[in-house]
Amino acid sequence: MHQPDRLRVGIDLVQISRIRESIATFGERFAQRLFTPDEIAYAGAEEALAAERFAARFAAKEAALKAFGLSHAGIDWREIEVLRHADGRCSLRLHGKAASLAGAPLDHETALSLSHDGDYAVAIVTALQTEPITTHSH
Amino acid sequence: MSTAPALDEKIKTVLRDHGRLNKDAMALNPDADLYQAGLTSHASVNVMLGLEGLFDIEFPDQMLNRSVFSSVQAIRSALLELGVAA
Repeated sequence: MHQPDRLRVGIDLVQISRIRESIATFGERFAQRLFTPDEIAYAGAEEALAAERFAARFAAKEAALKAFGLSHAGIDWREIEVLRHADGRCSLRLHGKAASLAGAPLDHETALSLSHDGDYAVAIVTALQTEPITTHSH
Repeated sequence: MSTAPALDEKIKTVLRDHGRLNKDAMALNPDADLYQAGLTSHASVNVMLGLEGLFDIEFPDQMLNRSVFSSVQAIRSALLELGVAA
């Protein structure tokens, strides 16, 4: 049976040098406004890699907003967290309003993939919902 | 509602400095669609941080959505709601 709303996808592309500029312009406030303490700890652990790690994580948050149809909902970016597992795999954890509006999908129902090459980082999020998503956006 | 020309000028200055628009920010009409003018999700974050720094405010969660940063007049409305003087 066709269930068009059960499987959603979101993608976002971010220019790493622009993230580096934002860090230079706004300092710690840039990271603190967008990222969780664990995300900041991971990205900041290697200064040379910080911009690309923040870029990939920002792309993941924007991709998640698209996948869950939350672009107009007013979501704090810190409520969409990228978890990095011991094997290098990344996944999403939603908190607060993001979790409640997205239906708090279980970990195995969402998938996240990050990649970067040169000056660009990209993230794609897929979400398989147990109930049709009712919030629509682009 | 006041058109708040002085406030609009400050908003346009932040857009010029941080919005990376594909047109002259200082010449924008108040209702011009900023996303159509090239505002990306990341640039909108920079605009938000620029406005927060300039006006010493913090946008609450409910204002962190695309519509608040969709035009000069939408940003103006949000700033007025946050108590920024026109």
